[in-house]
Amino acid sequence: MNLVSETTVRPAGSFRVARSRRNVAWTGAGALIVVVVLALFPYIVYSGTTAIIVQAFIVLTMASMWNLLAGYAGLVSVGQQAFVGLGAYFVLILAIHGTSPFAALPVAAIGCGVAALPLWWLVSRLRSGYFAIATWVLAATIMLIIEKFSSIGGGTGMPLPGLSGLSPALLTAYTYWAGLAVTVVALAAIYLLLRGRLGLVLTAIRDDEVAARSSGARVGLARLLVFVVAGAGCGAAGALLAISQLQVQPGAVFSVQWTAEMAFVTIIGGLGTIEGPILGTAVYMVLQQTLASYNAWYLIILGLVAIIVALFARRGLWGLVDEHLNVRLFPVGYWLRITDAAGRTGAMKGK
Amino acid sequence: MGWVNAIIQGVLTGGLYALFACGLSLMFGVMKVVNLAHGDLAVVAGYVAIGIITVTHVPVLWSFLIVVPVMALLGYVLQRTVIQSALDRSVLITLLVTFGLSVVIENGLLQFFTANSRAIGTGLALVSGSFTLGSQIQIGYLLVVVFAVAVVVLLGLQYFLSASKYGRLIRAVADDQEAAQLAGADYRHVFGIAAALAFGTVALAGIAYGMYSQLSPTTGTDTILLFAFAAVVIGGLGSLWGTLLGGVVLGVAQQIGAQINISDEVLAGYILFLGVLVLRPQGLTSRRAQS
Repeated sequence: MNLVSETTVRPAGSFRVARSRRNVAWTGAGALIVVVVLALFPYIVYSGTTAIIVQAFIVLTMASMWNLLAGYAGLVSVGQQAFVGLGAYFVLILAIHGTSPFAALPVAAIGCGVAALPLWWLVSRLRSGYFAIATWVLAATIMLIIEKFSSIGGGTGMPLPGLSGLSPALLTAYTYWAGLAVTVVALAAIYLLLRGRLGLVLTAIRDDEVAARSSGARVGLARLLVFVVAGAGCGAAGALLAISQLQVQPGAVFSVQWTAEMAFVTIIGGLGTIEGPILGTAVYMVLQQTLASYNAWYLIILGLVAIIVALFARRGLWGLVDEHLNVRLFPVGYWLRITDAAGRTGAMKGK
Repeated sequence: MGWVNAIIQGVLTGGLYALFACGLSLMFGVMKVVNLAHGDLAVVAGYVAIGIITVTHVPVLWSFLIVVPVMALLGYVLQRTVIQSALDRSVLITLLVTFGLSVVIENGLLQFFTANSRAIGTGLALVSGSFTLGSQIQIGYLLVVVFAVAVVVLLGLQYFLSASKYGRLIRAVADDQEAAQLAGADYRHVFGIAAALAFGTVALAGIAYGMYSQLSPTTGTDTILLFAFAAVVIGGLGSLWGTLLGGVVLGVAQQIGAQINISDEVLAGYILFLGVLVLRPQGLTSRRAQS
């Protein structure tokens, strides 16, 4: 059989397309069990532990959003702290006007998604590296504008009102559940988006942007959608941050440190996989808890590890897991199984 | 009179911003590298200068002679190792690596030298002195000198790139890496030279800013990198003289903002930047649209 016939003649019924090598139902059931167990945590563990897990939820949500931007849409944003800060301020403003901060959280997420539209219009004029710094300038500009309003704390910020009626135990538990809900919704949204049409368009752009454009893929629209979703997700994380810290300070919520954490967590875990940020967040939490008493050291070490991983293990820790065990917790790609004349089967991986 | 003063001060600070920006512009022009650690490296240069002056008591101007070559060497080495291996992988990886470097340097400075700001004390009449024009306009010698240095650096770079042997090599490699390689140019070495040049200007910018104002670990990103970038975009990507114009326009916008409300200096500059991004994304000088 020569090359041409091998590549063009394909007897009917000899291949099968599947999402995953294993049964997705098992992963789904596993995910459900994990979520249920996590939801029961406030009844089981100390409030100090749930507070730490809330931090992990915030980092995981932000990192997953950054991963969607950089890993899938090729948009390296160094200004995602704009949305973290805006989310925190949406909650603060609504709380000042009497809304419960927990009710304000989804509104803040939607508000940030809407705010992403005009911001995209500004920064989408620049590509790659210049896009990155433009988002950074934008975040700095938004912070400077917000600092001008003394009714929301000006340059020093203010404590978050509206939560003093709750007992500390109840507040910790509510914050934890809000964090869990934000994370689950964020991961589910990303999973469903990438499984659908958008995932295909993004894969096409990643492989060859010109070819994708000429085949009719709406590149700009796909990127806009990713930017809006990432804005809403980072906004939700920022809202959660305001609730968990009970105060909003412009220098803290608009700090580029948030983007540094999102980026490092994603790179270490594995850029361009949904599982990567989860693994990266685990590494981050371990480092942060161990080095908590050494100020900025955890960020320095995290940064150095991220640089080394980016240079020498591009697919990150999850890439190593996938290479050896071939598992996908969130199968968004396709598997092509080919059965040849002799009945042997082979698998072709596509993403 | 206040407005005239603001414009004059703005034009002169523009020289400083052009000095911030030319290294960023050069590295993007030649290697297509957007170095997010650009500003932090300038702060490192400033800190090294402060260290040298405190330890050896050499005159301030001598510190340039030590710090600029050291930073140029660092630029060559960083380019040949970390940045080149990132470039070999992808543009995305290069961005991530320089962003990582930026965060690591900034937090390293914070860890070892605290968040306190430091100035490069010179004790020279040239630096602290000023002359007056009319009755209200006071012009610091330092800003005039920095402006002159910026113009000289830009002229020098322009001359070097257009007339010297290495300049031709750099342009050849920037135009077509593979063709230059086939013609016998080692593009990695040429990239290293370009990075050394860029880092030399970064060192100048860092020390100049340390003399003009104060350096702290966060100055690198929130002032130097972002102002440099704004100057590059306002002036037009990839044009050295555009960079000077961009710096001047940014400086004037900031001073006019400060004239309206003293706390709005930085914001005014960014708003002008966003205005240029909306109305003229190719910058003030560039004729062709940005790719």
